[in-house]
Amino acid sequence: MKALIIGGGPGGLYAALLLKKTHPVWDVTVVERNPPDATYGWGVVFSDRTLSSFREADYPSYREITNRFVIWDTIEVRYGGEAIRCGGNVFAGISRKVLLLLLQERCKHFGVRLKFLTEVRDLSECKGYDLIIAADGLNSIVRKAHAAHFKPALVLGKSKYTWLGTRKVFDAFTFPFRRNEHGLFQAHIYPNDGTASTFIVQCDPETWQRAGLDHATEAETVAYCERVFAEDLGGEPLLSNKSDWITFATVSNRNWWYQNIVLIGDSAHTADFTIGSGTKMAMEDSIALAAAFERYGDNVKAALNDFELERRPVVDSLQRAAAESNRYFENTPRYEHFEPMQFVYYLLTRSGRISYDELRRRDPSFVDATDRWFFEKTTGIATRNQRVVAPPPMLAPLGLRAVKLQNRVAVSCSATCQARDGIPDEAYTADLGNLALSGASLVLTEPLAIAPEGRITPGDNGLYRPEHVATWSRLTALVHDSGAFIAARLGHAGRRGATRPRNEGLDLPVLKGGWPLLSASAIPYLPNGPCPREMDRADMDRARDQHVRASQMANEAGFDMLELYFAHGYLIGSFISPLTNLRRDSYGGSLENRLSYPLEILEAVRAAWPKTKPLCVALTATDWARGGLEPGDASLIARIMKERGVDLFEVAAGQTVLESQPVYGPCFLATLSDQLRNEARILTMTGGNITSSDQVNNIVAAGRADLCVMEPPRLNTHYRIIGGATGNTD
Amino acid sequence: MRVGIGLPSTIAGVNGHTIIEWARRAEERPFTSLAVIDRYVYDSYEPFVALAAAAAVTTRLRLATTIVAGPLRNAALLAKSAASVDALSAGRLVLGLAVGAREDDYRVANVDYHRRGKILNDQLATLRSLWESGAIGPRLVRPRGPEILIGGLSDQAFSRAARYADGYVHGGGPPRAFARAADRARAAWRDAGRPGLPQIWGQGYFALGEEAAAKGAAYLKDYYAFTGPFAEQIAAGLLTTTQGVVQYLRGYQDAGCTELVLFPGVAEPDQLDRLAEAVAAL
Repeated sequence: MKALIIGGGPGGLYAALLLKKTHPVWDVTVVERNPPDATYGWGVVFSDRTLSSFREADYPSYREITNRFVIWDTIEVRYGGEAIRCGGNVFAGISRKVLLLLLQERCKHFGVRLKFLTEVRDLSECKGYDLIIAADGLNSIVRKAHAAHFKPALVLGKSKYTWLGTRKVFDAFTFPFRRNEHGLFQAHIYPNDGTASTFIVQCDPETWQRAGLDHATEAETVAYCERVFAEDLGGEPLLSNKSDWITFATVSNRNWWYQNIVLIGDSAHTADFTIGSGTKMAMEDSIALAAAFERYGDNVKAALNDFELERRPVVDSLQRAAAESNRYFENTPRYEHFEPMQFVYYLLTRSGRISYDELRRRDPSFVDATDRWFFEKTTGIATRNQRVVAPPPMLAPLGLRAVKLQNRVAVSCSATCQARDGIPDEAYTADLGNLALSGASLVLTEPLAIAPEGRITPGDNGLYRPEHVATWSRLTALVHDSGAFIAARLGHAGRRGATRPRNEGLDLPVLKGGWPLLSASAIPYLPNGPCPREMDRADMDRARDQHVRASQMANEAGFDMLELYFAHGYLIGSFISPLTNLRRDSYGGSLENRLSYPLEILEAVRAAWPKTKPLCVALTATDWARGGLEPGDASLIARIMKERGVDLFEVAAGQTVLESQPVYGPCFLATLSDQLRNEARILTMTGGNITSSDQVNNIVAAGRADLCVMEPPRLNTHYRIIGGATGNTD
Repeated sequence: MRVGIGLPSTIAGVNGHTIIEWARRAEERPFTSLAVIDRYVYDSYEPFVALAAAAAVTTRLRLATTIVAGPLRNAALLAKSAASVDALSAGRLVLGLAVGAREDDYRVANVDYHRRGKILNDQLATLRSLWESGAIGPRLVRPRGPEILIGGLSDQAFSRAARYADGYVHGGGPPRAFARAADRARAAWRDAGRPGLPQIWGQGYFALGEEAAAKGAAYLKDYYAFTGPFAEQIAAGLLTTTQGVVQYLRGYQDAGCTELVLFPGVAEPDQLDRLAEAVAAL
């Protein structure tokens, strides 16, 4: 076997030495365009998990690495005049140059041919090899030459950043956030070895231009950054090394191998620098590649296939985490109103790979401090550094006007669609009783119809007939008796009305007994479904009055809170989304116009609803459809509604139109809630398949939402009924 | 969790008698369903026809397609085939539908592969009304017609399941992969405001015993050759021991699977008994 490795970085060298080690008879050559001792960049970082994989793959180089690196387990965040530290995150740092030299030595030991100052410009120069490993980095020549087969994609980040260094030795992964007259600057500082630290400076492009860094020389950049981070540097200078300002390119490829050619490391995939995993991923690729050839010998295609199957899920997951981290660092100003504890908690959990429970495992005292801070903040009891006992964030109270919720969990009723004339059936009452006993502080009804023609299905519960007050009074008393609060969601189905019960499906029109539908514009929800009538002013007056009457009835019936259901493309939602509102009058067109009728309803309801009781609005954060509402629109809408007395916003997504591109996953609405809450500076409630206390604690502690709608637990095999008749345990 | 067994109707060279005998034996063992998969360009039987044959020799088992590639058939024929099997079996059909991933099947069916998602959406929107309107017959043997499951791993698939179906059917793989998909299926279901929880079906392949294991792996590599590299991966997931089956069942049960269907890698009749023993060990 003749193997050629293009690129003598850590990934290429490590692959070469591992392949030669396991197959001594192979002819292995590394070509590198730079001299042996040239390196750009300062230090590289490995987690403890990566180090143990090095240990298994090649013990001597592992020992060399561990003899030369510094290890630390602390992350320090400097923000808002405080420095907060969190431990338990074991990292090892080593100078990139030292790493390269020791890998080169190890390659020579096994007889790998190393050719420096050799640049491959054309793949046709590389004939006669059985295996070609492209470890030629971000701007891979090999990837470009076979782009048709690898199908690469490049996504550029927004931030500007530059690699600098300093002789000052930091003892922690340090993140200073410094704001000056030009904007916010972030640094990512980590120790390389005992004598120097890597110092990456990042800012958004506007700040970068305002600071004149777009036309600064390297020396000017250094001088500027020294001023910004003077406090962190303590008089030490910053050092540069080809320190241009760059934007990060995230590389991914549909395929990582073609014939006898394989991409590894940056040529195959990159992950945002804020997660610091480039060298780690490249070297882990090398380990997987060598293991694949151990398994498949000289069957190159089988080995390369095995390599990709092994590595792709790991890399995909890291790239997802990197994208989350990137989203955070590109939007940091959104979180600058956070107090330092919460700011740090968010930073530590930004990528989604570390949850509340995981962080507690790493540093229990940090999470205890977070709990105390959160409890003091929400109860307003200022006992800084006095308090010893505090509940986790999920169990912290939340005050909304006169309503004092005992914890951050709400549960939601499902429509049974069995009501007669809007009056709930027995099954619904039983469900509600169970939810009241769930331990959640708040029980939400499903959207209750404000009028018969506003029902989604003929069997919807409602708040429109005089006798509904007495019915709901009994149900609210049932919930109050269990110590929980209850909120009524109020809705009008609009063009999504007159459908069959939801156990049959969503938006299936009734076969008979339907009624005329109303909407902002005359567009049917289903291609062949019933067409709604465009509302005229008289319809609008009526629907407004129905909302007001329903809210008065809700108050009389003892509901503690009201939620106006303006989401999911129902009647009021149909005015807000440009996909469903094509009106040419003053209620259509600009966002301001589209909002005018919803705001009219909101103001009328707020005026009728007691001042002591909180009002919530359910908003669509994104239509998940081209040309529809996007998260930025929702933030603007929420800000306007907050001024009109809305206390809390529930975040919804999709369903505005039939054809959309949804995104489901764990806590899929929490990301939207995060943006809405922190852009508009409002309180939010989020659902989206939240099933564990770990998720609730994490969402609430990080300020992604203030209240979580939890799903009822799914009983599994951990649960058995003992003694009684055999119960259904699933 | 209930456990079903697949018909060997997509194993090359299996004769009709073997398939019918397999169905008869499955009925006498503690399985709850009998399932088929769909492939045009292969030495295999048409799924609805295979289930119709199975319907004739069974009375108890649910008959499931896991899955049929909907867009390969026109909506009316799909509705009629499904209604026919449901009527022949007195209401035992579970209709699993997905887009499928086989371009060659679309080519021979003369259907545009790139429009498959759109076509399936349209079929789902009309399927129930075709049944309920009575336009095509046979007359429904239960009020809403067959139960529908949706397969696939895209967000669109989960959205379809939540909007039109009674549940979701996963394509097979390690329990961890199933658990992730099941979470997304439940998330979509709850987000659509559907009451309760969706049915969530899982699948796997088994060939118990050394000889069967080798034959089964060869079959899977051949059947899934169209996936290229993934055929190896699928073959590697073949359950070849009792312990393997038990562990798989436990993993799926913990992840909230409501019905797991295990498909044979070989059509030897003793495989039914071996699987029944393994299931009993749970």
